[in-house]
Amino acid sequence: MTRDAIKDLILEIIEDIDEDADFETLQADKPLRDQLDLDSMDFLDIVMELRKRHKLQIPEEDYPQLATLDSCVNYLEPLLVDA
Amino acid sequence: MDTQFPRIVITGVGLAAPNADNLKTYREKLLNGISETRELDLRYFGKAPAGICDFDETRYRKKKENKRGTRAGCFGVYCANEALVDAGLSIDHYRRSRIGVYVGLTEHGTVETENEVYNISQYEYNVDYWTHHHNPRTVLNNPAGEITMNLGITGPHYVIGAACAAGNASLIQGVQMITLGEVDMALAGGISESTGSFGIFASFQAQGALGSATDPREACRPFDMSRDGIVVSEGACIYVLEKLESALERGATIYAEIAGYAINSDAKDYVLPFYERQAECMELAMERAKLTPDDIDILNTHATGTKQGDIEECKAIRQVFGDGKNTYINNTKSIIGHAMGAAGVLELAGNLPAFTDNLVHPSINCKDLDPECKLNNMVLDKPVQLKSVDTILNNSFGMVGINSVIIVKKHQ
Repeated sequence: MTRDAIKDLILEIIEDIDEDADFETLQADKPLRDQLDLDSMDFLDIVMELRKRHKLQIPEEDYPQLATLDSCVNYLEPLLVDA
Repeated sequence: MDTQFPRIVITGVGLAAPNADNLKTYREKLLNGISETRELDLRYFGKAPAGICDFDETRYRKKKENKRGTRAGCFGVYCANEALVDAGLSIDHYRRSRIGVYVGLTEHGTVETENEVYNISQYEYNVDYWTHHHNPRTVLNNPAGEITMNLGITGPHYVIGAACAAGNASLIQGVQMITLGEVDMALAGGISESTGSFGIFASFQAQGALGSATDPREACRPFDMSRDGIVVSEGACIYVLEKLESALERGATIYAEIAGYAINSDAKDYVLPFYERQAECMELAMERAKLTPDDIDILNTHATGTKQGDIEECKAIRQVFGDGKNTYINNTKSIIGHAMGAAGVLELAGNLPAFTDNLVHPSINCKDLDPECKLNNMVLDKPVQLKSVDTILNNSFGMVGINSVIIVKKHQ
């Protein structure tokens, strides 16, 4: 999966959680939680969706890697290389 | 504590019924006997008549919150906000720590658990796919708690489990908490999300107690010879309860004053009702209201359309009211189905406008009255105009032998 496709995947999952989420001004290097209406339960939803869609088991200690859109892409790129 | 109990009144009603999302429309449809029961197709179970509510689910909170919470919570948030609007109350009128939220439920968590088991069935029952939302959704206080989060209420919130008497029981709880001085205002009522559970339909069917008809609107037929069971409905109704003096002070419109109430237990059977305890419950509520059977203008029956349940309640009414000439008897479930934990409060709400229009809304679908259900002044098919309606008695009974009765009177 390309970096752009991973980015789209994350945004699509966030949009499923909150269809009012506004990505217009989203800065990829800033924490998602600071910019969107997301909390810790929403992050668990993202983790669950990645598990459901791509059979990814993300260990709890890696959750901080999902903090920003850039860090999501960096973290997921090697895991989704064959996706 | 004051020995003089405060007088407590209903000043706001928020509701979602299978045929209306506000009291005005609901009343019009009840008076005209308009049922909107429809056919529902349930996972595993198949098709069944059911009462489904259409209301503006995102009027008071975002779709995101509805997704995270429960259907019951969504009902609660809508009805609590509607009740406040109806009461003309800002949430800041009373201190938020002095507002209590009391919600009656027949069951909770059934829908969410069934959904989650189905979800993991898509993943070979691997519990790694079980949602982290399960526990906050299924804790029993969930629907009441969702109301407090939405409105920023910091007073007590909890749920009363009392089977299908739960709506009445929570209304009573709200009255008692104001009486005790625990809160100044209560949001009290009942909620049902039961149409989301195939298990509830399947269980009634296994019991031989699920109503049926070619036209779903005719599936709930209390007192009719051909009745064959319950129509499961979702729905909710939340009341604003205040002390009379507080309501008068702020110039509120008063729907009704709580006159008396009672709850008792059959101590007898898991599912079968028992007329003697039902009769005692009605008598106790009237005694507390300092009223006699002749003083009751409208009696809203609990009757759900089951063979024995309807007969049992009619026996109880006959025992208490005899050939009473003053009491008019109706049934709301015939029109909206059985809204379970919301039934008591939703049915009472449908009758409250009688204090203004002096009409008794009818029961429908009773073409061939069962002689064992025959009572004086049954209001069938068409509304009855009375000179004056001053009191309403509302029956609401439930499984495992719980009976509840609330009597309200017109504020004069």
